[in-house]
Amino acid sequence: MITLTINDKTIHTQVGRSILEVARDNAIWIPTLCYHEALKPYGGCRLCLVELETPRGSRVVSSCTFPAEDGMVVHTNTKTIQQSRQIVAQLLLARAGHVPFIRELAASVGVNDTPYTLPQDTCVLCARCVRACQEIVGMSAISIANRGSDRVVVPPFKISSADCIECTTCVLVCPTDAITLDDITDSSRTVHEWQSEYARGACRLCEYTLNGN
Amino acid sequence: MKKLDTPQELDAWRESCKNELDHDRLRLRVCDGTGCRALGSQHVLTALRQAVNGNNVEIMTTGCPGFCEQGPLVTVDPQQIAYQQVTTKHVHKIISDTLGKGEVISELLYVDPSNGQPVTTESELPYYKSQMRRVTDLNGQIDPHQIEHYIAHKGYMALSKALYDMSPDGIIEEVIRSQLRGRGGAGFPTGVKWKFCRQSPGDEKYVICNADEGNPGAFTDRSLLEANPHRIIEGMIIGARGIGATEGFIYIRSEYPLAIENLNIALNQAREHGLLGKNILGSGFDFNIQLRLGAGAFVCGEETALMASIEGKPGEPRPRPPFPAQEGLWGKPSNINNVKSWASIPSIIANGAEWFAGVGTEKSKGTAMFSMVGKINNPGVVEVPIGISLRELIFDAGGGIPDGKSFKAVQFGGPLGGCIPAQYLDTPIDYESLTDLGATMGSGGLVVADESTCMVDLARYFMNFTQEESCGQCIPCRWGTKVMLDILTRICNGQGEKGDIETLEQLANTVKTASLCGLGQAAPNPVLSSLRHFRDEYEAHVYDKRCPSKVCWK
Repeated sequence: MITLTINDKTIHTQVGRSILEVARDNAIWIPTLCYHEALKPYGGCRLCLVELETPRGSRVVSSCTFPAEDGMVVHTNTKTIQQSRQIVAQLLLARAGHVPFIRELAASVGVNDTPYTLPQDTCVLCARCVRACQEIVGMSAISIANRGSDRVVVPPFKISSADCIECTTCVLVCPTDAITLDDITDSSRTVHEWQSEYARGACRLCEYTLNGN
Repeated sequence: MKKLDTPQELDAWRESCKNELDHDRLRLRVCDGTGCRALGSQHVLTALRQAVNGNNVEIMTTGCPGFCEQGPLVTVDPQQIAYQQVTTKHVHKIISDTLGKGEVISELLYVDPSNGQPVTTESELPYYKSQMRRVTDLNGQIDPHQIEHYIAHKGYMALSKALYDMSPDGIIEEVIRSQLRGRGGAGFPTGVKWKFCRQSPGDEKYVICNADEGNPGAFTDRSLLEANPHRIIEGMIIGARGIGATEGFIYIRSEYPLAIENLNIALNQAREHGLLGKNILGSGFDFNIQLRLGAGAFVCGEETALMASIEGKPGEPRPRPPFPAQEGLWGKPSNINNVKSWASIPSIIANGAEWFAGVGTEKSKGTAMFSMVGKINNPGVVEVPIGISLRELIFDAGGGIPDGKSFKAVQFGGPLGGCIPAQYLDTPIDYESLTDLGATMGSGGLVVADESTCMVDLARYFMNFTQEESCGQCIPCRWGTKVMLDILTRICNGQGEKGDIETLEQLANTVKTASLCGLGQAAPNPVLSSLRHFRDEYEAHVYDKRCPSKVCWK
């Protein structure tokens, strides 16, 4: 067992958990976007940042990736943290302000408007789909291409991937509904973003079916 | 050649190499580094080889001694007559006059701008006189393709000492006591880092040399890799012995073809002679080094992204902890150091920690290499004791500002560093004082700005670089730098609006605090430091629609 404090609350927990997990177990709210319980922590959205008090001064870390340690002093809502969350939320609004989930997320950190302008897209590049395809499904049928603000999630060479097993896990884990699934006919369906067309039916791996059949 | 099995065999070989490298011999040393090649050294070499054909003159190709501005460089031994800007048309005169009659060709000598006097010999050149060359002492003195030259100059003697006279812990203690700090930029104590890796549980460990020198205007690593690759290799073997690693990687950017060629030759020579591979020098210690080529992504200079790239994954950083010393390459404890850090090791082991720490400041010991470009008379590579002032660096070694213009600022540490204005010219250069000024030591790249440089435009240039090189994994770096660049571009186009400076500053502070890796955390530095020292220039652009340096919206 280890003991740490989060927002001056003393917490006892076992070794091997992240600060975020410990906080959530104790009903301490930390906003997240790229985090998903079923996936390895990614540290990409930076909404879950917290501030640590250390002997060498304060340190800002992502709570989803940082392990809870004995004696740790964590603050989840300092001025620095609030400010960085708000700017991240403003950037998200600039990218995907038309997405209800993003507007709600921004509102949860006190942001309803953005001073920035970015090319709009429903995908916010949290990479949950890519990670799910790799970590859970084990197929890596989609991946991230390009760098920086040109990043996109695509199947290899932007053409329908032979590795896709039609499990639609990517659709399930996407927080912004950027991946769209449509039934074309009674017997086939498409995931538009991956340019794929499949026989409509159960997942080849687990036989899970989405939207009936 | 048979593999060396004992330190005695290495010593004996050294004696014969020394005899071969007869110092009194008539010899032309021709710089064949990237800088001189770009200025035509290979044509000069071909012409020299044809002209001396049959005569008793040795032509030695060397790596870069650093005086790139004056290349192609040809030095005549044993007198060390230093000829600058040599072209093919000078070749016959060098052969007939200097080699034939012992006459100095005055038109090929460097003229000291301070007194108008020509300088005859290499050691009298003001460029070298103001330096302390410890890591670069053999740059330009030996042929990097000849392991015998390095051996003759005490090469691999430190390795022999480390293997036979020191324990692994003793090696690490010596490096800790030397107070060597990482020369890649962060300045973490090298020996302490080694100790963490040594103490990490695991049988398989890796050492890595970061040769992905990506900062625009930085080429210190390149000059070492090209001119003396064996010193880096020797440093890595010693480090591996201390840490307990059996495998090493040099991650080098593919934009350095000559450095890659020279490294490959050096690695093969070291293996052939039993200095690398199984049972090194008969000591029972096994260690090998492989090269890995970068594919042009700046972020791969970040250690976790670099290791991902070696593993064949996309070059994206990951959050720490775990640190590389705990879980690095393929999840094994790994130690990664910059080229200059590795190259500093052999002389620390050979001469002792006290010798190394004999120069420098209280918290930053030894010498440091800097490459200088921009508005400066002598662009090139220098090595100076840490703690000398910026003024000494820029005006003595660097030769000052061209065309009678005045010094405005120096961008220290490239796109991740900051600018330092003229009022701090007498600040001693060390890790702490640079950080206090909003810059960083970085990998030793300096870009000098004069009165005709617009600091807002310079910040925009660096932001354009980092924005393009951001991997895009985290939001602040991916979109924050994009918005920052948009604002800077607007300001530089004369379309800045009230509030832009404040928005820029706020965004810069958050990108610095919130980004995942060192690239994002340091990307706002050029903006923050220029806002700190040259806020009036930003204000002139935004409020008066005026570029004080007359660079923007011409």
